[in-house]
Amino acid sequence: MNTVAENPPLLRAEAVSKGFPGTIALDAVDFTLVAGEVHALLGENGAGKSTLIKCLTGAYRRDGGDVRLDGQLIHPRDPLDAQGLGIGTVYQEVNLLPNLTVAENLFLGHQPRRFGFVSQGRLKRQARETLAHYGLDIDVSRNLDTYSVAVQQIVAIARAVSLSGKVLILDEPTASLDANEVQMLFEVIRSLKRRGLGIVFISHFLDQVFDICDRITVLRNGRLVGTQAVAEIDRMKLVNMMLGRELEQETRETGRTDAPSGGPHLSFEGFGRSGRVAPFDLTVRRGEVIGMAGLLGSGRTETAEAIFGVTPHDSGSLRRDGERIDLKSPRDAVAAGFGFSPEDRKTDGIIGDLSIRENIVLALQARAGWSRPIPPRRQAELADQFIRRLDIRTSDAEKPVGLLSGGNQQKVMLARWLATNPSFLVLDEPTRGIDVGAHAEIIRLIEDLCAQGMSLLVISSELDELVAYSHRVIVVRDRRHVAELAGAEITTGNIVKAIASHEAEQQA
Amino acid sequence: MNGATRFLRRIAPQLAILAGILVLISVFFPGFFEVRIANGRLYGSPIDILNRGAPVALLAIGMTLVIATRGIDLSVGALMAICGATAAWGSTQGYGLPAILALSVSAGLVCGLWNGILVAVLRIQPIVATLILMVAGRGIAQLITEGAILTFNQESLIFIGSGSILTAPTPVVIWMIAGMIVTLVVRRSALGMLIEAIGVNLRASTLAGVNSRVLLIAVYMASGLCASLAGVIAAADIRGADANNAGLWLELDAILAVVIGGTSLLGGRFSIVASLIGALIIQAMNTGILLSGFPPEFNLVIKALIVLTILILQSPATRTAAVFFRRQPRPDPADTRTVTQ
Repeated sequence: MNTVAENPPLLRAEAVSKGFPGTIALDAVDFTLVAGEVHALLGENGAGKSTLIKCLTGAYRRDGGDVRLDGQLIHPRDPLDAQGLGIGTVYQEVNLLPNLTVAENLFLGHQPRRFGFVSQGRLKRQARETLAHYGLDIDVSRNLDTYSVAVQQIVAIARAVSLSGKVLILDEPTASLDANEVQMLFEVIRSLKRRGLGIVFISHFLDQVFDICDRITVLRNGRLVGTQAVAEIDRMKLVNMMLGRELEQETRETGRTDAPSGGPHLSFEGFGRSGRVAPFDLTVRRGEVIGMAGLLGSGRTETAEAIFGVTPHDSGSLRRDGERIDLKSPRDAVAAGFGFSPEDRKTDGIIGDLSIRENIVLALQARAGWSRPIPPRRQAELADQFIRRLDIRTSDAEKPVGLLSGGNQQKVMLARWLATNPSFLVLDEPTRGIDVGAHAEIIRLIEDLCAQGMSLLVISSELDELVAYSHRVIVVRDRRHVAELAGAEITTGNIVKAIASHEAEQQA
Repeated sequence: MNGATRFLRRIAPQLAILAGILVLISVFFPGFFEVRIANGRLYGSPIDILNRGAPVALLAIGMTLVIATRGIDLSVGALMAICGATAAWGSTQGYGLPAILALSVSAGLVCGLWNGILVAVLRIQPIVATLILMVAGRGIAQLITEGAILTFNQESLIFIGSGSILTAPTPVVIWMIAGMIVTLVVRRSALGMLIEAIGVNLRASTLAGVNSRVLLIAVYMASGLCASLAGVIAAADIRGADANNAGLWLELDAILAVVIGGTSLLGGRFSIVASLIGALIIQAMNTGILLSGFPPEFNLVIKALIVLTILILQSPATRTAAVFFRRQPRPDPADTRTVTQ
């Protein structure tokens, strides 16, 4: 299948751009899909995958660039319009009606009619015939929700193909399927490929990408990193493309070799949460920065959330300075002197309509309790102090934090936790989606805090960054901690190797 | 901009609407603003508005807090019936006023606790969770009154509904004091900010260590407490508990008062004073329509038209248009929302 690239392009996007207030989600991205290929679209969170898909299917209007289908320039107004043109999409959560029958779901809005009434007999017969192409022999008069997610997914695909028929976009179709169901789905995808459809496949599972796809396009930070034939790329190279390190510029830079300034502060033993992160042991010293690397969905955020009591741990224990503590909720964690700046700033971090001042004092106030309000003057002092110290760019402290840029919102999040004077700070992707200037300032701040004796756990997809400030780096894969690198072992190369290594060393 | 100007600017639209309606009524009914004192009590249409508006004003206080957390409490009308029935039952059993009030308030708090647990612990959507008591509440009230209208003649209890304190009708004194106490408590403590925070972003607030579960339960209990006071006033006013009609549809008036008061149903920033003015606007419309002598069948239609006008004036689309016509780009709340998404 190495020749697919020579087929005439079916769907071609050229220099497609899309901006949102404060960010550029897509920056002149090219993407070409040919007939009869399965084309993987990969990238970390915020890379621009879903924005690109939404621009192709009309869910968003593109700001610039051309999209051509069979050589014709198209401007889909909405996903329905795109479907009419020939571009069908199936999402991870099946977008069908679970309480209708399989047959009705297949042909809803296009039912065969006789004398203006839906002909149930023909509806069922056509449904059975359609599904037979997909190797599915099921009772089409039963409700859709009586079948497994895999069957629902195939019904959704069948509907999309019968309505559009040229391009099929599968957005994380395998996320909730087991191994057998994935194979069943792949059979369907292969048969559609033989029928000459162009298929876009989005997934976080690299094994599946290598299994089913012909070509791979990688996006990062809204830009195109490259398009490669699967046969010409290996896992190492792919992970490198996704995490943003060119093999050419191999730097020999290693992690910090200076010892952390203090003794052991926290020790996690067999700490884990079933279904989210496998039990791990970890000792954090005072003034130590622990980096955490891994792909999206590998268990990085899950580790942070277990530590902070968001999804409390159900195995193991935690000792702080030798004393056992129990964290059942974020409240407990805040009381224990922890802070947590989550990955998704907008939904989990900032309180958009409240002012910068209120966002900064929130954690401190929550810890003090409602009956002990921080006096207004003290609040204003705190806000001004952190606006100056972290260089938050704003006209005044009373501005709603939602109006700030991403980098400044991130600084407000850091200010919220620094105001509580924590002994341990967990930062999940502190530099994602922020401009270069703020980026550098946040890294400098991490180093300052560590020099002052604060312990930090920093999760990041930016490996160069992790190498620059970490004393140790934990590598996470498949929801377990698979490697720990210290001092001179910390190089981007070693981290990538640990992330990409194929065989799981510990089988539970 | 200091706190006082900020506050005045916040309630200015509501004050303007209220003034507009009052002026409009006085055009149709010239003697409208006359107030006189008889038997040591103030009488007159303005006093009547303050007095008749007491139940909705009290409900609006609790409703404001609930709506600020992005919730809603549909059960308050039925709670009024329960608490009024409790008070009437207490009176027929020969209890003194303090015991009666304690019983009624406890009933309101228990119902609020129930709502709060459904919303905060079981995570049922507020509109559904409070619908349960809205429907079941009148049944409970009927069980208390045993299906009849339970009447009483206890002077101390009747005083709550139709007495006066320093010439002001008792219900007016009660809702004004309640409004002041709640405003002071939420603004002088950190409650106001924490409630607004969980209303804007519950998950982020919980992650910042805010005890959102307890706060949510507390606002529903506050709403229950306000409903119990309103229920006692309504029962004392007619000297009896009518399980079927006490507080009927008042939950909708209370929600409307909060909306007119400018608190968003999406939660967040709230103003109790603005909601109270909203309650007065509603009562002024009711009184005005009655006074102006329109045939009664027009009343609800006219009220609906006035409400529609107020809401159109306050809608983000109108504000955007106003900004557009003034050619003065100014960020408005609608913009804020798109950015935070």
